[in-house]
Amino acid sequence: MSAETDLQKTPLHALHLELGARMVPFAGYDMPVQYPAGVLKEHLHTRAAAGLFDVSHMGQVIVKAKSGDNADAARALETLVPVDVLGLAPGRQRYALFTNKTGGILDDLMIVNRGDHFFVVVNAACKDADFAHLEKQIGNTCTVTPLPERALIALQGPKAEAALASLAPETAAMKFMDVATVKLAGTDCIVSRSGYSGEDGYEISVPNEKAEELARALLAIDGVMPIGLGARDSLRLEAGLCLYGNDIDTTTTPAEAALNWAIQKVRRTGGARAGGFPGADAVLKGLDAGVTRLRVGLKPEGKAPVRGHTALFADEAGSQKVGEVTSGGFGPTVEGPVAMGYVAADFAATGTTLYAEVRGKYLPVTVSALPFITPGYKR
Amino acid sequence: MLKFTEEHEWLLVEGDVATVGITTHASEQLGDLVFVELPEAGATFAKGAAAATVESVKAASEVYCPLDGEIVEVNQAIVDDPSLVGSDPEGAAWFFKLKLANPADAAALLDKAAYEALIA
Repeated sequence: MSAETDLQKTPLHALHLELGARMVPFAGYDMPVQYPAGVLKEHLHTRAAAGLFDVSHMGQVIVKAKSGDNADAARALETLVPVDVLGLAPGRQRYALFTNKTGGILDDLMIVNRGDHFFVVVNAACKDADFAHLEKQIGNTCTVTPLPERALIALQGPKAEAALASLAPETAAMKFMDVATVKLAGTDCIVSRSGYSGEDGYEISVPNEKAEELARALLAIDGVMPIGLGARDSLRLEAGLCLYGNDIDTTTTPAEAALNWAIQKVRRTGGARAGGFPGADAVLKGLDAGVTRLRVGLKPEGKAPVRGHTALFADEAGSQKVGEVTSGGFGPTVEGPVAMGYVAADFAATGTTLYAEVRGKYLPVTVSALPFITPGYKR
Repeated sequence: MLKFTEEHEWLLVEGDVATVGITTHASEQLGDLVFVELPEAGATFAKGAAAATVESVKAASEVYCPLDGEIVEVNQAIVDDPSLVGSDPEGAAWFFKLKLANPADAAALLDKAAYEALIA
């Protein structure tokens, strides 16, 4: 049996083929890396108009307190993430991290308070492990219910609001990280105003059997174009957003990953609910005492892209290694190469010149603030 | 004499100099190119050595030297505008001119029919 026959298909698989997508294996799924327009045009289109992404491979799961009190589910989730879940209002979503005992990151995720339960969205490659982690760690107090019967569609870009409002006018009033139940394609969808492109937009959880109908309805709207995983990656890289497995993993702590913003004061040292999650000592020490390496933006000075795993040096001769690129490529909106990576704290100040070893040459790169673009989030 | 390689390069062999580029098929597979790095004139390469690099938004790919030889000229136009490789890969977007160490070796490369069969 070839590996390809083992690949799973999302409910939009047939639509991708009809649209002429080039399919690639990704996290066990046969996914569109690009459509005939190509990565470059798809990227620019998303920043100028609206892009539709199939992200149905991601994991969706409901966490519900057995007691019936949603605060109990919040408390249970707080034992797994260094995030204020109890303070998350109904109808709101928050970025979170599953940490391990050493303060490393098992996955990054979104947590939504749906009033009587929490809706959680995790990465495709981690979802089986995440579901098992939830069940094992909080299954005694919460029911953990994966939702393989739901697809996930992202609509991103400055015209996303007008496009979705043409089908459901109430979505225009939503703010960044708001989540609501919205009737689309004749069915209840979970719509959040969020995404992974640096643009305004929405992520829509829709029953599998209605996913294609909804995708077709959105694609029929002027300005909406299908976008593959290739542009999804270049969009998130310009937006400075981490890709789990590249930029964050079990060897990186939140502070090293410059994700301090994701840890609210109440969970930090001195906070009312400080710690209490796996690896809290290491995570909080990183926040309090600082770290020896940091994730930073990197802007190559020349035209050559600097890819993941490229070594970074303090000097042009390449004698003092100070870090490594974790994601890098060409930013179509920036019109040049962009990257991010980990560098020793002494070399992490914005404006520092480092040297990336590319094909035997040492190319200058500048430590840069992230993101590389101005986000369009509707706060 | 127009020849092709299994690595999706084309060679237009005139005397002992071959003009080398990548095929339309290769260009389509690579997608929009955003960066091209060419060798220096005067550099010598063995057959199969990485002589040039092309990069799309997503990934970097090597362009291999199709035969032993010395670079005598490179096409700066594709460095200045990598998108030329997508629009005219088998014409204006040639990569380099290679002075063949053993011109007779070109005969053993694929002809057009054999290359088209390879990518069919």
